[in-house]
Amino acid sequence: MSIITNINKLFDHRIRLGIMSILMVNEYADFNTLKELLGATDGNLASHTKALESADYILVEKQFIGRKPNTRYSATKLGKAEFKKHIEALEKLINKT
Amino acid sequence: MSNEDYLKDISEIKHLMNKSSRFISLSGLSGILAGIYALVGASVAFWLVNTYSDGVLFIFHGWVFWTCMAVLILIALLSALTGVILTVRKAKKNDEKIWDNSSRRLLLNFLIPLMVGGIYCLIILDQGRYGQTGGLMLIFYGLALVSASKYSLGDIRYLGYIQIVLGLIASYYPGYGFWLWVIGFGIMHIMYGTWMHFKYDSK
Repeated sequence: MSIITNINKLFDHRIRLGIMSILMVNEYADFNTLKELLGATDGNLASHTKALESADYILVEKQFIGRKPNTRYSATKLGKAEFKKHIEALEKLINKT
Repeated sequence: MSNEDYLKDISEIKHLMNKSSRFISLSGLSGILAGIYALVGASVAFWLVNTYSDGVLFIFHGWVFWTCMAVLILIALLSALTGVILTVRKAKKNDEKIWDNSSRRLLLNFLIPLMVGGIYCLIILDQGRYGQTGGLMLIFYGLALVSASKYSLGDIRYLGYIQIVLGLIASYYPGYGFWLWVIGFGIMHIMYGTWMHFKYDSK
């Protein structure tokens, strides 16, 4: 079924879904903001952002604010397109039954 | 995954999108109170002008004028104060942060048009074009609401549209400026605040 193929395995996790949701409506978000909004631990969040980054769904920028290192994330064009497809697939699945 | 899981996913997505980009703890009650302040203030101004200025709506730079200005500033300050207090209270109840990215963005996008409007009104007053101020206040306040609505409850956009339309009418008919101001800042606030209160607060 073509509908099933649009369900993206990479988004098949609450934290990843959450990261993408936040980055869809915000130009960017930093690590701590994501952590607070998602209620995730450092390690947990880091591993999920890495997975999304290696798929080129999000962009990671490391910079310094004063002396503090700050990592901020933004969604890539590809990531946004894939996320939209994923949501549409979810909606279709729900509407079907 | 079952159907319920998908539904849960979707609602989680929606929730996070809203929470991360919109500040939603605005209180409907503060709108009602702001409207009441505006009506009381307008009555005071109306009474002053009719009692001491022979109903000539503004012999300017006399004490009646300055008292009216003081009343206006008082209304603005009281409304802002009420808004802040009630919003802080509601944010605590919603477990929403009062000062985060979304509230900062909301405030910035609200204040920029409002401040520009305020300064412009002062300039217009200084040039003696008094009849235009009622309309200008409505227009810029409306624009501020429309601009802020992207970062808060989307519904305040419609209040913004109403204020802009009232403001444009007031600019064309400056003679009705006072009454349109009363409708916009007084009655519309009360109606809108009541609607918002029942839609969001009383749940």
